[in-house]
Order: sequence, then C-alpha cells, then structure tokens
Amino acid sequence: MTTTPRWRALTQHHLFWPVAVLVVLLLINVPFTPDFFSIKMTDGHLYGSLVSIVLFGSPLILVAVGMTLVIATGGIDLSVGAVVAITGALTCSYISDQADQDSLSGVFLALGIGLVAAVVCGLWNGFLVARMGIQPIIATLIIMVAGRGVAQLITDGQIITINSEPYKLIGGGYWLTLPFSIFVVAAVVAVTVALTRRTALGLLVESVGGNAEASRLVGIRSMRIKIMVYVFCALCAGIAGLMISSNTSAADGNNAGLWIELDAILAVVIGGTSLLGGRFSIGGTVVGALVIQTLTTTIYTIGVPTQTNLVFKAAVVIVVCLLQSPKFRAKVFGNKFGSGAGSGAKGGGTSAATPADTAPTTAAAPKMEVS
Amino acid sequence: MAEPRPVLEMTGIVKEFPGVRALSGVDFRLFPGEIHALMGENGAGKSTLIKVLTGVYPLDGGTIALDGQSMRIDSPFQAQQAGISTVYQEVNLCPNLSVAENIFIGREPTRYGRIQWSRMRKDAAELVDRLGLDIDVTAPLSSYPLAVQQLVAIVRSVGTGDSDGAGAGTKVLVLDEPTSSLDRDEVLELFRLMRRLRDEGVAILFVSHFLDQIYEICDRMTVLRNGTLVGEHLVSELDQVGLIQLMIGKAMDQLEGLHEHQLHAEVGETLLQAEGLGRTGGVAPFDLEIKKGEVLGLAGLLGSGRTELARLLFGADQPDSGKVTIGGKQVSMSAPNDAIGAGVAFCSENRKTEGLVPDLTVRENIILALQAARGWTRPIPAAQRDELVAKYIKALDIRPANPEARVGQLSGGNQQKVLLARWLITQPKLLILDEPTRGIDVGAKAEIQKLVVSLSEEGMSVLYIAAELEEVLRLSHTIGVLRDRKLVARIANGPEITPTRILETIASGEHQ
Ligand SMILES: Nc1ncnc2c1ncn2[C@@H]1O[C@H](COP(=O)(O)OP(=O)(O)OP(=O)(O)O)[C@@H](O)[C@H]1O
Ligand SMILES: [Mg+2]
Repeated sequence: MTTTPRWRALTQHHLFWPVAVLVVLLLINVPFTPDFFSIKMTDGHLYGSLVSIVLFGSPLILVAVGMTLVIATGGIDLSVGAVVAITGALTCSYISDQADQDSLSGVFLALGIGLVAAVVCGLWNGFLVARMGIQPIIATLIIMVAGRGVAQLITDGQIITINSEPYKLIGGGYWLTLPFSIFVVAAVVAVTVALTRRTALGLLVESVGGNAEASRLVGIRSMRIKIMVYVFCALCAGIAGLMISSNTSAADGNNAGLWIELDAILAVVIGGTSLLGGRFSIGGTVVGALVIQTLTTTIYTIGVPTQTNLVFKAAVVIVVCLLQSPKFRAKVFGNKFGSGAGSGAKGGGTSAATPADTAPTTAAAPKMEVS
Repeated sequence: MAEPRPVLEMTGIVKEFPGVRALSGVDFRLFPGEIHALMGENGAGKSTLIKVLTGVYPLDGGTIALDGQSMRIDSPFQAQQAGISTVYQEVNLCPNLSVAENIFIGREPTRYGRIQWSRMRKDAAELVDRLGLDIDVTAPLSSYPLAVQQLVAIVRSVGTGDSDGAGAGTKVLVLDEPTSSLDRDEVLELFRLMRRLRDEGVAILFVSHFLDQIYEICDRMTVLRNGTLVGEHLVSELDQVGLIQLMIGKAMDQLEGLHEHQLHAEVGETLLQAEGLGRTGGVAPFDLEIKKGEVLGLAGLLGSGRTELARLLFGADQPDSGKVTIGGKQVSMSAPNDAIGAGVAFCSENRKTEGLVPDLTVRENIILALQAARGWTRPIPAAQRDELVAKYIKALDIRPANPEARVGQLSGGNQQKVLLARWLITQPKLLILDEPTRGIDVGAKAEIQKLVVSLSEEGMSVLYIAAELEEVLRLSHTIGVLRDRKLVARIANGPEITPTRILETIASGEHQ
C-alpha cells in the first residue's frame, strides 16, 4: 500500500476527520441548492447559506466551547440548556420592565444581570462537583431539571417579548456587513484559546482530566480548576442565552436552548475531545458544532420528512463517530487511513486463533489494527 | 534440557511506531520446560516484542509459530486461547473489583449462564494459596499495595489454564518485569512457582532488570539492543559482565565507592522534624528527623508501611495525629500542596496511576510540578521551559529524546525517568523517592544512585525507599526500619551495618 508521508501526516491531523465530514456535508447540499456556496450582498449585509449556518450555529458553538473545557477535566455539564433559558428569561424580563427598552444603560444592566445568574449557576455546579465530589452528570442534572422551572417562574410561564434595538444587535443584528453574533463567537473563541494556551490553564485542565490522582499529587489545585471550568461553561451558555433571546426578541423559558446540551456534547466529541477527559481541542469543537449546524440545515434543504429527521441526524452522527475511530477506519479502508500504530492498545477480538495456513482467505483481508 | 522443537518461534519480527523502529528483524525462540530471560536496556524493545506476541500490537513483519504451526494473533484474547498467558509490565487490573473477580475476570466459572460467586471465591482462594500468599480474595484490589496487585496479576495469569472453559492450558507464560516491586520473599515464592510450572513443561519468558534474579532462575537468555537481536545464550555460558556488555554495548560504570563516600559524608542541620505523626490504618505515630543533605533510607518488608510513611510526609494522605516542621516552620500537611510549598517532592512508586499523565507529552509531564507550583496564570516561558526539559532529558538519558512524544508510549523505564525529571526540575529541599529504580535497567540504575549521592552532596535531603536492601545501604546515611506499620528502629549507617543486620532488625523488631 503506497501512502505518501504527507498524505499520512494530513490524515493523522486531529482536525482532518471533522473537517472532512464538514466539507462532505456542505457538498451534499449543492445538488439541492445550486447557489449554496454563493454569498450575496443586500442592503450592505452579506447573505447566503454559509453565513446562515454560522449565524444559527453561533449559540451552539459558544455552548460547545465551554463544554469542551468541562469535558476535558473529565466532567460533563448537562445544565447548559437550562442556563440558556434562565439567562434569556432574566434579561428579557428586566428589559421588558423598562420604560425605554432602547436605553443603552438599561440593556447593559440587563446583560449583566443575565450573565451574573449564569455565573451563579456555574459556581453551584462547580461547588457540587469539585467540593462535594458529586458525579458531574448528577450534579449538573439538578440545574438541568430545576433551572427550566426557575426560568418559567421568571417569565410567569409566558413568553416575554421585547422590542429593544440595542439588544436585538447581539443575536440578530449586523455589523461590518456580517451578523454581529459571528463577532461575539469569534471573540469568545479567541479568548478561550488565549486563556487556555497562552497561560498554563489548558495544560492543567488536561492533566486533571488525564489523571486526577497524579494531578493532585503534583500539587495542581484541581478544585479551583474544576470550579473555573464550570463557571466558564455556564458563562458561555449565558452568552448563548442572550444571543438566542436577542435573535427572537423573546424569552421562552420552556424551549430556549432545549436539548442544546446534547448537541454541544456531540460537537465536542466530533471535534475529537475524548469524553474520558484529557486532551482537548477548541478548534475541533468549533468544527464539530458547524458539522451539527450544517447537518440541521441539510436536513431541511434535502427535505427529510419531519417525522424522520431525528433518525436521519442520528444516523449521520453515528457515521461521523465511526469515522473518528482508527480501529474502524483500519477495518473498512485498510491501513491507508488507519492509525499507523496500535497506540496504547487494549485488544478485544473474540474469534478463536486460527493458524494462518488453514485460513488462507483471512490473509488477503485488510489487516486489522487493534488500537 | 533443550528439547528439539521450540514451542514458540518468532522470526524476523518487525514493529514500527511513527518515527520509531521498535523491533527490526528480531528472532526469538522458546522451548518447553525452560525459563528464558529477555534482556536489554530501557527501550530496547522487550515489552514491544511481548505485546506483538500477545496480539496487543499488530505485526509489521515476520512470523510467529506456536508448536510448529504458524499463527496470526490479533488480540490478547486469542493469545490466551492459544495458551499464551501474560503479565504485562504495567499492572492492568480493575482496582475497584475484588481480588477474586480480578483473577477470574472474563472467565468466571458459570452454571446455566450465571456466575457462581462462591465457587469463584473458593477457586481464587485456592490459587492464592498455591502461591503461598496471604490475601483476602473478597477485598477490593485497591485495598492492597502495588506489589500485591502485581502478585494478583501473576496469579491471574497462571490461573488461566485451571478453570474449565478456558481452552488450552498454559503453554507459554510471559512475565514482563513481574518482580520489580516485590521483595525477597515474594520473589522466592514466585520463583518456586515458576520452577514448578517449568517442570510441568511450561515455557516461561521472563523479563527483569535484576541480574541476580536472572542468574538464579533462568536457563537461557536472549539479548536485545535498540530493537535488534544481539544474541541468544545459555545463562551458564555468559557471566554478568559479559551480559551487560552485550546489553549496553560497552562496559558499565561501577558503583564501588559510593558506599564509602556516603559513610564519610557530612550532613547539615535539621530540615524536617515529624513528631507523633501517624494515621490509623497507615502507620503508627512516629518521630522522625531528616537533616539537610541527609539520605534517609527506609527498610522493611512489603506492607510494612514505608510508602504510607512517605505519603504522610508529603500530605498525600492526611495524618490524624502529630505535626511536621520543615525548616523550622510548622506545615499543615492537609494536602500535597502544603508539602510542595515547603519544598517536598514525592516520586510515587506507582507511576501509572499516581505519577504520569499518559496522554500528555514528555515535556508537559516534566514541567507539570513546576507549573502547578507557579499557578496557571504564570506559564513557564517557552524558551526557558524547552531548555530545562532538554537538560533533564539529557541528564537522565530519556529515550527517545523527543519532548513531543506521548509519555504513554515510552518504555517503562523511560517513564520512570520522566517522573524523576519532573521533581528534580522543582529543586526540592526534600526529595522522597519511592522505588525510583523500579523497572530501570542496570546502567540507568547506577546513574540514578549516583545522582542521589550528588544531590545529597549539594544539600538536598532524600528519603529513599527501595526493595533492594543493598541499594538502601549503599546510599543512606541513616536507615529507618519499619515493621508492621511501625517505625521500629533508626540506625546510623556504618561499615558494620550489613543487609543481614537490617534483616535481623526487621525480624526482631529491635536494633541491638
Ligand atoms: N505505543 C507506542 N507508540 C510509539 N512508540 C512506542 C510505543 N510503545 C513503545 N514504543 C517505543 O518502542 C521502543 C521500545 O519500547 P519497549 O517498551 O518495548 O522497551 P522495553 O525494552 O520494554 O524497555 P523497559 O525496560 O524500559 O520496559 C521505545 O523506544 C518506545 O518509546
Ligand atoms: Mg518494558
């Protein structure tokens, strides 16, 4: 099998498979929407499918970026959807109580209130996980369930609608020809990357997720780090909550951010961060979130019947996850796309050992890699 | 002794990892009823050869024949079915399951599809008995120290052929550094068992960096260097000096003189003082003083509380009585941070679970302790970091000398060196070394012992724990003897102190 080293190096890059999947998904749209890749300028705003994907995918990217750090510490945060709802509800109800909904100071105060609430949720999660030692999945379940109730209380079970120009900008406005939310996302991603890679935070997070006991013995204050990532994750969810409510100019305690935690976790996994914790990739997560948003768009453009579109989505997700597995790739494509080396392997084959000369057919089959 | 036909024949074995050729064309054969040593420096390819044999890694070239039949072994399960039982270098068991479950995991005795728990416990107890061990098989594995866990792994592997339903009996038993954390008695016990299995016709592949053990138990050996075969010899035809030459390709430095040197070295004023420090279930309250530049060796049997004592001095476990002063200041010892802040470093004996972060690179693992001390907001500047890392990779001869390599992919001995580098880089006042030479080859072992002596000369205090008494005696100014989780004696090292004297103290519990 001839594979050039460069091709091999490319396929081994941690972003190769997520990006490949994204590209394929985008291309699938072309036969159905011939001008899929075209971007038009109307009224000084750029429009086009690609712009929409980023625009509608913005909240998911934000939530997934925060989720990435939590997962890297070996945790998980199920409460992000509820935090989205609470933030939106608080902010919108504050704005709707204002006499002048367009007042800048009022809007800023509302943003502050919403985000502080998000941070409080994060502190609570972090406290339960790091201080009380509760399993993350249980600890964050509390706000996931109770948080929606709180959001309903804030909005009195109604959908609060507002009419505030400055607030509309965050999730629905344009700036420099592009949707403003793209800038918000870019800023959050840049800050996250700088925060984790320019400081030692990323290393310490990966260490805590990679081996908690070793990290304790090396003197890492894992409690602080864990609280920090839960707060950060909640803050990201809070910003996503602002974005969603701003986009619709309404706060819906019931449906805002519903199931976004699942999409976010998926995005993180597609981006190549292991659910077991350890190494993480913010870039991978962004691509992963775009994959999910593109998938949602694709489902509409190719006209999958609504009843089956979740099934369709699930099928694609399974394929993507399989493609990520070196073992699966080696089995299906042979060694070309395989991992190249059985790394830290734990085998799991079940067929009995067969002397090779009694089973000539297996010799011709692609060599299976145990990794 | 050698029968005409080998039970296992590996020919032209090639295994490549990205950037590393771990094995290039190695031939290896194993005869029934022999104990065969696989020798080589750290990273020579011993574990890789074993993993290729047992289906953990796929082959990149070469053939494997078992009983004259050429085989494809794709998974450890297949290897086991074919009669190859293995104990890997890193203990690979489930800490939260009971000892009995660990022994029978994957091949539990069943009836009508249900596990027969009482039978499993009974069988496990019998097996453990056979090895002459005193282990409660119903207790969770994690309640035992690493050495016992290693013994359980051995029991598990030799037990394979015994329970019904487990295909062929064991033909080949592979032991990758099984003795690295055992003490003398367990080693003898293991050797007895190995001899019995050998006499039953089992072929045993044995890896160890203890040359004395090799000469005691093995019949034949194969030597690897840098992934190539250097030679196959009868143990009786090659002496230790010759063997070391074959392994490292040159004559080895001597350790003579170290002992004399330590006996005459001066130590400074008190660095650490523990008073009534203790923990129920750990060690009974003890008083201990460590002086600046002093090497304090701990001697005692397996489970005598050496590691537990060290962990208390590091705050890894919280003491429930007593106090510690370091450099005149009382330290709370409620978490490792407190000790680290006071200049204490602790290299755990258990590098896999308590030491390294396998997914991180060599560089990241090395700087971890230093970085943790600086806090996340103050990353070590890249240039300084790279220089430090390069310096310690060179000083400890970590191979491959690639700071970007994932630590999990390093050979066992090189992982140990990374752990050592991590703490040396923090320039501690007191360095606690729990089995620092575990899994390290003869050459590097000598290097590390010399390093300890030179660190102590520079004024660093060292608490040194090793299963080998000679090693402890060679390096220490003072020897603390533990017995039944009590510090029973504190002996100033001197020419009249011999391993036998120490053993007597351990046995009697007092120093004459
Ligand atoms: N999964 C892996 N990926 C990449 N390189 C590896 C992997 N496993 C081993 N290596 C490399 O292969 C070489 C041989 O390693 P191996 O573990 O076989 O050494 P060893 O002889 O068992 O040494 P030790 O005495 O230290 O246990 C080393 O250079 C090691 O870094
Ligand atoms: Mg090895």
